[in-house]
Amino acid sequence: MSSAMPLPRWVDVLLLPVLNVTLAFIIGGIVVLIVGENPIEAVRIMLYGAFGYGYGFGFTLYYTTNFIFAGLAVAVAFHAGLFNIGGEGQAYVGGLGAILVALAVGGLHWALAMPLIMISAALFAGFWAFIPGYLQAKRGSHVVITTIMMNFIATSMMSYIISRILKPANVNSDESARIDEVTRVPFLSEWIPLLRNTPVNISFVLALLALVGVYLLIWHTKFGYALRTMGHNGTAARYAGMSNAKLIMLAMAISGALAGMVAINDTAGAHGRLILGYVAGTGFVGIAVAFMGKAHPIGVGLSALLFGVLYQGGQELAFTMPAITREMIVTIQALVILFTGAMSNMLRRPVELAFLTARTRQKEPVPTERKEA
Amino acid sequence: MDTTPDHAQRPSSAAGASLAIELKKINKSFGSVHANRDIDLAVRRGTVHGIVGENGAGKSTLMSILYGFYHADSGEIVVGGKPVTIHNSSDALALGIGMVHQHFMLVDNFTVLENVILGAEDSALLKPSVDKARRELQRLASDYGLNVPVDALIEDLSVGQQQRVEILKALYRGADILILDEPTGVLTPAEADHLFEVLKTLRDEGKTIILITHKLREIMAITDMVSVMRQGQMVETLETAKTNPEQLAELMVGRRVLLRVEKDEAKPGDVLLDVTDLVVADDMGTERLKGVTLSVRAGEILGVAGVAGNGQSELLEALAGMRASKSGTIRLNGEDVTAHHPDSAATLRRKGLAHVPEDRLRMGLVTNFYEWENSILGYHDYDKYGSGLMLDVKAARAEAQRHIEKFDIRPANADLKTANFSGGNQQKIVLAREMERDPDVLIVGQPTRGVDIGAIEFIHNQIIKMRDAGKAILLVSVELDEIRSLSDRIVVLFDGEVVGEADPATADEGELGLLMAGVKSDTTPKREATT
Repeated sequence: MSSAMPLPRWVDVLLLPVLNVTLAFIIGGIVVLIVGENPIEAVRIMLYGAFGYGYGFGFTLYYTTNFIFAGLAVAVAFHAGLFNIGGEGQAYVGGLGAILVALAVGGLHWALAMPLIMISAALFAGFWAFIPGYLQAKRGSHVVITTIMMNFIATSMMSYIISRILKPANVNSDESARIDEVTRVPFLSEWIPLLRNTPVNISFVLALLALVGVYLLIWHTKFGYALRTMGHNGTAARYAGMSNAKLIMLAMAISGALAGMVAINDTAGAHGRLILGYVAGTGFVGIAVAFMGKAHPIGVGLSALLFGVLYQGGQELAFTMPAITREMIVTIQALVILFTGAMSNMLRRPVELAFLTARTRQKEPVPTERKEA
Repeated sequence: MDTTPDHAQRPSSAAGASLAIELKKINKSFGSVHANRDIDLAVRRGTVHGIVGENGAGKSTLMSILYGFYHADSGEIVVGGKPVTIHNSSDALALGIGMVHQHFMLVDNFTVLENVILGAEDSALLKPSVDKARRELQRLASDYGLNVPVDALIEDLSVGQQQRVEILKALYRGADILILDEPTGVLTPAEADHLFEVLKTLRDEGKTIILITHKLREIMAITDMVSVMRQGQMVETLETAKTNPEQLAELMVGRRVLLRVEKDEAKPGDVLLDVTDLVVADDMGTERLKGVTLSVRAGEILGVAGVAGNGQSELLEALAGMRASKSGTIRLNGEDVTAHHPDSAATLRRKGLAHVPEDRLRMGLVTNFYEWENSILGYHDYDKYGSGLMLDVKAARAEAQRHIEKFDIRPANADLKTANFSGGNQQKIVLAREMERDPDVLIVGQPTRGVDIGAIEFIHNQIIKMRDAGKAILLVSVELDEIRSLSDRIVVLFDGEVVGEADPATADEGELGLLMAGVKSDTTPKREATT
């Protein structure tokens, strides 16, 4: 009876996240004040850096693309009651799938090559997530543990493959050969000159489609219905005759495949080659993105954009205000993650009480505080 | 009002106040829900005072206020003639108020003695407390007939004995006023009778007992006074001797209720569900069904009686295809459908078996889902709700709307989260879903657990309607009254075996009670010849 008091939907979806982000920025602002800079000016620089001109905006969209894929990966698993924190490793292995096909079909026009590269990346990354799914479904090993371990395995395995197998003899840094320019996923600047010299590519459109696709998958397919049933209540799923084992493995595979799309944006697009450690934390940011977005595609899209802004605007800020170092930008990003993810319910209680008070005041005196049993 | 209770203030019975407890104008709200509204209650010393009411009537809230779990928004509590404030359960205990919860608060791997002194140790050293407790328990046992082996582990005791330990705990702490919350839900009829004897003795020794229950039969059997609550208000307090169950039911619901189920003679047809030598193990590998044989014909209701935990859950799950059987066969319409795989529920559904599970919240519903989503749980794969991969949300909504109208589910809003429906309406969501599929065989577990009297009547009538439509129905319930009033035949399950079969028209409660306690009847369970 206590916490079951439902808040209006807009409070849950909009007001609370906005309050949390605001709080993160206020504390971030205090940090900026302490190092002797003007926080208002810092926010202005950040927003200008992210949106103010074509070059910055292009980078914002590029980061957003990665975060959408990584966030959706976590969100899909989350609806099945699974906590996939292996997006990082899955995206990395997806890169292998992408580069192998992209190099194999070198010279093929991108419009024909891209579907093939996508399928390969999805299969590789999906398989990497399927393994923990299988282990949970059949052997009861918790995916939280196994996906973390799979991240480490992916890092070591990919280091070996990139530096010992894929690296051409004439290249010094640890990376694969370059993808043929015709085959490479094209930059948006080919159509939108404003975005020239930025890495944002066709994958951004793919990310938007993925948002719609995941929405349909979760709420408008029978599979999504089964997935959510299991996510909320595994016993009810068994009662309904759904196979939890199959659902777990499928959900993980789909989750991994989405993480693998990061490779389309980076390996097959922005980088044009597979670079050692290219995922660079994107998979982990995806966890924050999914949680902040309440695992809903609209929320994931918006929070991916927020993190895109933080990444791009933050670099601009570090460049313009020398007192604010890169580490401080990371601090602000961490604050956002802290307040929207780990402590997202901190403001819930006060907001609930505020609503309760407002409601009861219309009828009768406010009830005195109740002791918990 | 602000006197902090301590032992010096303990109301002694010698003080002679005739009222043990008086509640005046108690109010308690949870948000917009007014759980208790101007409640007045006077409980006379040395009586058994029953409190009845439907779920959500405010009984538990009221008792929680008395026991210090909640604080009243306004109102006064008078114990033994003195106004008191009760902050927590220690305050309540200090005032001599003890509570026996519906779910026991015992440490399973402690002995009875250890449980009794838990939290009431006198000093850091256990020995003196243990010795004292042993003497005290012996005295209580002889005074009130509360015999339990004091050195036995709780986990080795029967449920009835565990309940006695709970009562002993309260008495050991010096309780003069005992609150019992639905105490007979887990007991066999014989254990319940024993409990009532104990309660009578306690009353005769001057203790005051408050009994919360929804079973009117118990109210009539044991209480001196009865208070009826409805929608957070105290409707009436009556002398038990001057009332009857019909009147109480009417007061509880606010309208006339038929307590007896009206039904015609059954017209049994072919055997539709046939179970032979079924052996089923639980998740830990323990055999919970040890060779069960039974059959259900079209147009009859087979009642499976028994104390909770004697294999009923495993029987339902095995029949529904949710649990693999170790050996034995289950035939549905003559076809062997024995599940060897716990994922067989969907297959069985398609073959014409519907299942209303024992525990709707844990199994039958996803409480986070909208009502319409739950109205297709288990059937979402059907072409009716979209061909191919897509889910036809419109069709599912229409289905839900049909259920809402036909089963009078309230609130009549398919877009509401299922958690926001009352227990009775949640049960109706499940029943509507399973019955509207027109199955050949319906297996039902605890159809009216936690359901209001008004809804019980409706649910019972729906089950009878299914029977009259020629369906084979297997009914599992721990409510003996329910089994007796609905069933056409009764089998009793004890320790995973069918220990007897009875005709509800002729079987008396004592006979069934013995069977439920594991005392086999002279007549060996006979098996209906399959046609």
